Amino acid sequence: MLQGWVIVGTSFAYLGLLFAIAYYADKRADAGRSVIASPYVYSLSLAVYATAWTFYGSVGRAASDGVGFLPIYIGPTLMIALWWIVMRKILRISKQNRITSLADFIASRYGKSALLGGVVTVIAVIGILPYISLQLKAVSNSFTIVLQYPWIIMPAKVDAQPIMQDTALWVALILAAFTIAFGTRHLDAAEHHEGMVAAIAFESLVKLLAFLAVGVFVTFGIYNGFGDLFDRAAADPKLAPMMTPLEGVAGGYASWVWLTILSMMAIMFLPRQFQVMVIENVDEKHINKAIWLFPLYMLAINIFVLPIAFGGLLHFPEGNVDADTFVLTLPMVEKQELLALLVFIGGLSAATGMVIVETIALSTMVCNDLVMPVLLRLRRLRLNERSDLTGLLLAIRRGAIVGILLLGYLYFRLAGEAYALVSIGLISFAAVAQFAPAVLGGIFWKGGTRRGALAGLSAGFAVWLYTLLLPALARSGWLPISFVEQGPFGIELLKPLELLGLAGLDQITHAMIWSMLANIGAYVTVSLSSAQSADEHRQASLFVDVFTQTGEAGGARFWRGTASVPDLYQLLARFQGVAAADSAFQDYARGRGLRWPGDTLIADADFVHYVEVQLAGAIGAASARIMVASAVKEEALTLEEVRKILDEASQVVMYSHRLEQKSRELEAATAELRAANERLKELDRLKDDFLSTVTHELRTPLTSIRAFSEILNQEPDVDLAQRRKFLGIITKETERLTRIINQVLDLAKIEAGRAEWSEAPVDMRETISDTVIAMSQVFQEKNVRVEARLPEKVTAVRADVDRIIQVMLNLLSNAVKFCDPRDGQIEITLAEDERELRVDVRDNGPGISAADQQKIFDKFVQAGDTLTDKPQGSGLGLYISRHIVEYHGGRLWVQSRPGEGACFSFTLPLTRAAGGLAHAA
Amino acid sequence: MSKKVLIVDDEANIVAALEFLLRKSGYEVTAAQNGDEALQRVESFAPDLVLLDVMMPRISGYEVCRRMRERADWNHIKIVMLSAKGREAEVSKGVSLGADLYVTKPFSTSELVGKIGELLAGA
Amino acid sequence: MIALCMLGCVLFNFPILALFNVPATVFGVPVLYAYIFLAWALLIALMAWVIERRR
Repeated sequence: MLQGWVIVGTSFAYLGLLFAIAYYADKRADAGRSVIASPYVYSLSLAVYATAWTFYGSVGRAASDGVGFLPIYIGPTLMIALWWIVMRKILRISKQNRITSLADFIASRYGKSALLGGVVTVIAVIGILPYISLQLKAVSNSFTIVLQYPWIIMPAKVDAQPIMQDTALWVALILAAFTIAFGTRHLDAAEHHEGMVAAIAFESLVKLLAFLAVGVFVTFGIYNGFGDLFDRAAADPKLAPMMTPLEGVAGGYASWVWLTILSMMAIMFLPRQFQVMVIENVDEKHINKAIWLFPLYMLAINIFVLPIAFGGLLHFPEGNVDADTFVLTLPMVEKQELLALLVFIGGLSAATGMVIVETIALSTMVCNDLVMPVLLRLRRLRLNERSDLTGLLLAIRRGAIVGILLLGYLYFRLAGEAYALVSIGLISFAAVAQFAPAVLGGIFWKGGTRRGALAGLSAGFAVWLYTLLLPALARSGWLPISFVEQGPFGIELLKPLELLGLAGLDQITHAMIWSMLANIGAYVTVSLSSAQSADEHRQASLFVDVFTQTGEAGGARFWRGTASVPDLYQLLARFQGVAAADSAFQDYARGRGLRWPGDTLIADADFVHYVEVQLAGAIGAASARIMVASAVKEEALTLEEVRKILDEASQVVMYSHRLEQKSRELEAATAELRAANERLKELDRLKDDFLSTVTHELRTPLTSIRAFSEILNQEPDVDLAQRRKFLGIITKETERLTRIINQVLDLAKIEAGRAEWSEAPVDMRETISDTVIAMSQVFQEKNVRVEARLPEKVTAVRADVDRIIQVMLNLLSNAVKFCDPRDGQIEITLAEDERELRVDVRDNGPGISAADQQKIFDKFVQAGDTLTDKPQGSGLGLYISRHIVEYHGGRLWVQSRPGEGACFSFTLPLTRAAGGLAHAA
Repeated sequence: MSKKVLIVDDEANIVAALEFLLRKSGYEVTAAQNGDEALQRVESFAPDLVLLDVMMPRISGYEVCRRMRERADWNHIKIVMLSAKGREAEVSKGVSLGADLYVTKPFSTSELVGKIGELLAGA
Repeated sequence: MIALCMLGCVLFNFPILALFNVPATVFGVPVLYAYIFLAWALLIALMAWVIERRR
């Protein structure tokens, strides 16, 4: 079944499927309903990290190194834990500045330097070449192997193959064609390739499933589960050491550590990772899911690596089968044709995913950051004449894709045999790791300068070249091997694998140590000793402070100059096409409530910045800067001015903080006001209650008076007795009315503080006796016995005698009202101690319940059961009495138990606070 | 058959005046001094019209009116509310509870008797 | 989250790893392998939990 045409046919079918998915996704994106707006798709797209290297190479490495392959996946997991800080910042910066690639990011940060962008691009391309060649190797090898079914034959050495029959070349060309179809059908303003992302997510699933299928097959199909597999491995003397795997890890401790660090940086700075993680990201929130989904993916795809490795070793003990191929050869040897085909497709999937994304990312960099700046500078006049450059841009990118893949193939032929897959990949890792200081420093340290970044990158790259790339070439025979073994020109200290005598490390670790040292060292020292241009200063600020600044206006502030709208329109149209330019202008106009075309747009700083950012989406920040600068007359800002603007900005921030504070205080004050208002309303309500009660109290007697008066007036036959009775009622009610009016007026005066108080020495003995005498007639009428116990002499108090009499009258009349109807007794006591005089009025009435004792001092409340005996009072008496007593500085209270009468007492202090009667409100 | 009127007010004097007036006009009159008593009297006396004071202890006149209107068999009884409060809010409250008339104190006796006559004539 | 990264660094480094480097097996799986994968899974789970809580 596994004939050549089947394999080729399936491969093309699969690639066709990928293409169809991409096409569909692009169509949906154009219609506005994106398929990739899901965090799950985003997370899966990140799995493009796992390439044919993971698919085939991990097993290969595990077979010799035990768990030594794992740091490549654990490292990223650890790095991802830091993503919350690092990644979000990079994302935010990239969105704000319309970053189109890794090179763009670095160039933009260091003052939109075209030179830096170019350097980064060159490093990236050269660094990734080994990686691409590794994919080609994997695909062509696996193809060859599966073709030989049912024989297991390892592919012949590469250089033995004539070029035209070299599968790898064909693979490279086909992949180039596909990549062009995927990524360069049109220019997108933000460099989004929705179709590509959808296809990548799909192929991540495919390769995971394929690998898991093989894993399950080997573990449970060929052997009887994990236990069985490991037991047999332990039993085999060659394999037993692998059971205590740490000894097997090449390079020991240092290697493990550096491999982890290396992978941590690779996950961020591989161009394809940057592309899918940052540039293709559509929603910042997707990171949340990705942070744990992506490590989970990596965990899953690695579970079966060790079992497959052991299975392979056990199955092919003679060692003539390359461990890198176990994933494929094990199903083959067990005659599982379908599974083998699936595995092949899985490997193909992994390789194509990597190649497509990586080359698209690289081609974007080459176009925007390498070729265009050069073209624009060199032949500026000619380019300015051309009205539509979109065709040119696309052509450059396509050319770059083909070029990169061919270079990859070249590397494969030249140096591909020297190492196993994993080692080749690690060389690329080390190359992209050189970007780490420039990027991480760039987003956290404002002091990083362009020169520093250049120095660091160059130094690191140079070391990389020397310690990794050249030895690889030497091993393949393109350079004299003596170069490696004895050092250039025989200088031992400069041996590429043991620089300055640092021996005993594996090659990668060694290279990493030296290159990082050189890179970071150069970056820091040169940054500290060089000055920043105005541009750099501004960019540094924009990047490092991205979370504290608001919006894109940040960039616009730093611009001064004059521009014309038509010029800018031409500019945009030239690079993005008329349609895109129109839509961009329309968006801008709409945001300002205008219409385009039609209303006039003002070419102010905001507008120019907007156009520049749009343009950057097509050709990169550096080129956009150049183009916009040529289209407008710009006045350069000096560093001083930039500093001033930054200062202003920080002032503004300070002011806005103060404003926030003020507004919070305002809120607090408003809340207080509201509370005060509520209190006032409450008082108002009380006043309303009071008024309505008073109204009622006044109108009630009036009703009787009027009614009876009218009766007497209108009814002819009222007999004498009745007439007397009615007139009596009228009189009584009139008196009642008068009393109430007086009391209310009194109360009003007291409460308004307008009562007139006189003050004179008062002899309480006399006052009390006088009052008793005044009421003697009432006492007689009601048959009440009054007893007054007064001491011989009391100290005089300063008081208003009339008011005191009023209090006494009130208490006595209450007592009379409530004391026992048949045998009323009232007892008055006067006592003196050092501080005050005290008067008690005791009656033998029914007493007052505890609840009523509180209420009787309220306005208009009267004690007693109104059913049986409605007292002829107003209810204000006690209230006013208390007021009077408290005004004098005393207290008025009652003690009573139901059934045992009541005793009202009040005190008058002997001394006063200095300055007249104490006013107790 | 003379119509029956129930006077409900806690002020004895007012009750006296109203009793005199209404008896002079030929009605059969009885009185109650609070809400509970009033409801009992309605039950036993079966008046045709009730003069209801609003400001009473424990159960206010409004409450009595509402309870009266809850009973379908009492729906024919006319209710005249008397109150010292004359604000619009109170008047409409009284009417919305089902009173037929709302009179503020102090009132004109002749007017009141006249209105009572109208209400009872229409029954 | 930084703490998790630190934790991971500690867990996956040699001193701790060496602890588990014994020729014993757990359910037939060598201890070290089991440890690495389990620790890894645990780390991922913690990361997921922290993220969910942050939101």
